[in-house]
Amino acid sequence: METIYALATARGRAGVAIIRISGPAAHAAGEAMAGELPRHGRGLRRLRDAQGDLLDEALVLTFDERRSFTGEAVVELHLHGSRAVISAVLDRLGDLPDLRPAEAGEFTRRALENGRLDLSQVEGLADLIDAETEAQRRQAMRTMSGALGQRAEVWKRDLLRAMALLEAVIDFADEDVPVDVTPEVEMLLDRSADAMRREMDGVAAAERIRDGFEVAIIGAPNMGKSTLLNHLAGRDAAIISDVPGTTRDVIEVRMDLRGLPVTLLDTAGLRESVDQVEAIGIGRARERAAAADIRLHLVSPEDFDTALAGPDDLVRVARSDLHDADPRGISGLTGQGVPDLLDELADRLEARSASAGVAIRERHRVALREGLAHIARCRELLPSGGIAHDLAAEELRLAVRALDSLVGRVDVEHILGEIFSSFCIGK
Amino acid sequence: MKHDHYDVIVVGGGHAGVEAAAIAARMGAKVALVTMKLSTIGAMSCNPAIGGLGKGHLVREVDALDGLMGRVADAAGIQFRLLNRRKGPAVQGPRLQADRVIFRDRMQAELRSVNDLDLVEGEVADLIEEGGRITGVILGEGQKLSAHSVILTTGTFLRGVLHFGGETRPGGRMGDNASTRLADRMDSFGLTMGRLKTGTPARLDGKTIDWERLESQPGDEDPVMLSFLNTAPEARQIACGITHTNAQAHDIIRENLSRSAMYSGNISGTGPRYCPSIEDKVVRFADKESHQVFLEPEGLTTDTVYPNGISTSLPVEVQNDFIRSMKGLKQVRIEQPGYAIEYDYVDPRALTRNLELRDVPGLYLAGQINGTTGYEEAAAQGCVAGRAAAAAALGFEAPEFSRSTSYIGVMVDDLITRGVTEPYRMFTSRAEFRLSLRADNADQRLTSQGREIGCVGDERWQAFSEKMERLEAGRIMLSQSKYPVSALIGVGANLNPERPAKTGLEALSLPEVDFSVLAELDPSLQEIDPRVGEQIKREAIYSAYLDRQERDAQTIAKDESRRLPHDLDYGTIPGLSSELRFKLERHRPASVGEAARIEGMTAAGLLLLINTSRRIAA
Ligand SMILES: Cc1cc2nc3c(=O)[nH]c(=O)nc-3n(C[C@H](O)[C@H](O)[C@H](O)COP(=O)(O)OP(=O)(O)OC[C@H]3O[C@@H](n4cnc5c(N)ncnc54)[C@H](O)[C@@H]3O)c2cc1C
Repeated sequence: METIYALATARGRAGVAIIRISGPAAHAAGEAMAGELPRHGRGLRRLRDAQGDLLDEALVLTFDERRSFTGEAVVELHLHGSRAVISAVLDRLGDLPDLRPAEAGEFTRRALENGRLDLSQVEGLADLIDAETEAQRRQAMRTMSGALGQRAEVWKRDLLRAMALLEAVIDFADEDVPVDVTPEVEMLLDRSADAMRREMDGVAAAERIRDGFEVAIIGAPNMGKSTLLNHLAGRDAAIISDVPGTTRDVIEVRMDLRGLPVTLLDTAGLRESVDQVEAIGIGRARERAAAADIRLHLVSPEDFDTALAGPDDLVRVARSDLHDADPRGISGLTGQGVPDLLDELADRLEARSASAGVAIRERHRVALREGLAHIARCRELLPSGGIAHDLAAEELRLAVRALDSLVGRVDVEHILGEIFSSFCIGK
Repeated sequence: MKHDHYDVIVVGGGHAGVEAAAIAARMGAKVALVTMKLSTIGAMSCNPAIGGLGKGHLVREVDALDGLMGRVADAAGIQFRLLNRRKGPAVQGPRLQADRVIFRDRMQAELRSVNDLDLVEGEVADLIEEGGRITGVILGEGQKLSAHSVILTTGTFLRGVLHFGGETRPGGRMGDNASTRLADRMDSFGLTMGRLKTGTPARLDGKTIDWERLESQPGDEDPVMLSFLNTAPEARQIACGITHTNAQAHDIIRENLSRSAMYSGNISGTGPRYCPSIEDKVVRFADKESHQVFLEPEGLTTDTVYPNGISTSLPVEVQNDFIRSMKGLKQVRIEQPGYAIEYDYVDPRALTRNLELRDVPGLYLAGQINGTTGYEEAAAQGCVAGRAAAAAALGFEAPEFSRSTSYIGVMVDDLITRGVTEPYRMFTSRAEFRLSLRADNADQRLTSQGREIGCVGDERWQAFSEKMERLEAGRIMLSQSKYPVSALIGVGANLNPERPAKTGLEALSLPEVDFSVLAELDPSLQEIDPRVGEQIKREAIYSAYLDRQERDAQTIAKDESRRLPHDLDYGTIPGLSSELRFKLERHRPASVGEAARIEGMTAAGLLLLINTSRRIAA
């Protein structure tokens, strides 16, 4: 097994730069540069090159296999973050035997291979590294800490118990096992299905937290949409990036609203157009607006009560500076109504994100949906009495397998274990 | 006239040994079966019953390969029951109670009638090793027999120790000596060995049981045979009695726990969870006030009764007390006390898929020596080892048994990839392809393949071929006939009346439509033999699931075709964790499929192995 190393912090000038070394030769590599390694896992050391010249004074951390991120022996060098120091130390590591630079994601891959992280934790980790807002960070942290795996464990425990009950009646038919296990099996199935369904329903919200909510500003041309957008982009909100609209019809502005990532869409002027190309663009803008989480309608005062707004939409009188500061109004020019609008948006989006659980990806949703379908089918087969127990058990096996695809794997020994610890089997 | 060179020598005349010897001889190998006493060939050490859930599947598979167990047991069957009769056919298990004497005599007669099979009485004390291969055996008296390969099926005999309460003595089972010299020889191979234990109940004198007071359990009205070749029992049929343990019996057992061999700490081996002693039951399920005990007559010509459910290693006088406290047994006389036995087994992870020791070429192990328990498990392994050893001697390779096509494959795979922590017994829940691996289609799964390698005789082949023709004709007829939904609703089917008419095969997949129901609806179906019709019905029940199982089976087959060389240096695979490397070095899986079933294997690790296997194959 090779030992790998890489700069773990971003490249470039910084206060501290961390180089991580992982694998069987990690400690030897640390010693080659720092002399004796700190006995209690951390200490200040002078790092030297092959000639004994000083490279840097660094905080050196060591971890053994059981406590490291990768599940291997790890040494971390916390260096002064200068480009020169970093490249000198990396060069030195490259000269040591049995070491090679890590490939992208290789530390995480080793953590996965060594069972330190499960698949969903790795996904959480990827999200955490990408997280830009507070809500994204919290969500990624929950997933990374293995919350999905833990929940799946709980559902699986119920399903395995249900399976054990069915299998007991099948495999130990001539023994003292409870005759009618159906009520308990049904209870277990319903309990896990309810929890799984809740989690599945939350995936949409979780995906929003990860990828951002969309709020479309719509209204006739000249309703001050762009002014409002510029106002929001310029002040009041922490702008993360300006993504120029991919079509010339939609302009996107990303912002952080109470920790939630939000993309504002300016759907340039919805009007009837004779220009064919423009008409296609407008059609697309309409679709995009319709798919957004919330639409903000900017209307003139006389249209306020008749605006075609859905229950989740907001309606404001546009350009309130022209209408005597209409209390229902908003102005990108004076900023009137903007704080209220942002508050209301944030309230609504927060309410929507409340349903987010720890299943955060389409992959999770598909696995949950599949598991639920098998549980439902199993549930239908149960009342037939024993006749269809073999089919019901097969459905359960498939349900568990679907859950497994979220994290780890089960095997029959678990089921037999459950059977044996619960019933008195054997003549 | 005995030869002095054989293709295959089988050591041990238990259930593994007889099948191993017989299958090898059927394939045309020259075989010797060496066992301590010729008179105990075909003896049943414990319960006089064959078959059951999972076990019945194994017997059917042995039978599909033209093995002995099913036919011999049918001839000896004095009570037949199809377990799980009211559940789906995939989980039905044929079981019978056998007359011990008929079983043994029939088994011996069968073996004597096999060509090219010599039966040799003697204890194998040592093995001959030449050029890194096992090439023969040395008997206790020094006589040497040489062979291409040797199969050990010595059951519970390796360093066997019997326990009766505090008393212990060496023995292979009651009345037989342990096999100590051979055990010493096994030590020299540096294999991982372990200790297991199992127990058996007292045997009772049936004349002293008050049958009048007991509930009786008769056999099935339409008995289902174990062998595909048989249709009806030969022997007279009997009923069993049922009694129960009670509070008084439990008290007696509890008071004397410290005198039980199992509980006093005298036994270090691990016993099976599914076959606990009565001591175990009373301790582990303290809130249960009573346990069922089946009183099973051991035969038609004996009064001995086997009380199923109370295996024990308590001292004889305690056994006497607690047994006599039960209903119907107040006056009972114990013919032979119950006892526990502890014995050596070889960690089966040292075996190949052919049950040959990887590091000792030419030496195969089958049966209880591999950590299993039960006659059926032993017989099935006997077939695996005997078949492979004969093929090797005759110069070809027999295809391996796979998890997706047989319970035999499931068992072998479980044993060699997971090893055992307690005596291994078959259950239907071990088979992930349970819906397609049914007892009713064992012949359809295995007989053709058996014919190809030469272990299926003409009589069976002809019967099988005719059956397959009738099945095929029946399937064609049923796939061409059509039934309006209204007619099917008329016989109880739960269908939407708007749906188009269904073919006979589709109709049979409905739970409410049995073949007999359909045949009433459509008299032209009466051309089809009802047994054939019922078999088609069984297939139809699972048709919706078979596609998925088929896909899964293909995945397994694909993973299994990704070979990993035995001498692969796992240290050279970059990215493999040290823990996984350790496990792989220990198991040395023959394929990625096998590696996948090693405990603790990760998806990422498998990916690395798939790449490695691809690189090696390229
Ligand atoms: C006390 C007891 C209790 C049991 N309880 C149960 C139970 O509850 N449930 C269950 O399923 N199974 C039980 N069994 C197990 C069942 O009997 C065995 O699993 C099955 O018989 C194993 O078959 P086998 O062919 O491996 O070995 P056996 O049937 O044990 O046959 C071994 C044969 O090898 C011969 N032999 C041994 N050493 C030598 C040698 N050196 N040279 C020549 N011949 C040799 C012996 O003579 C014997 O014929 C029990 C067995 C015993 C002894």
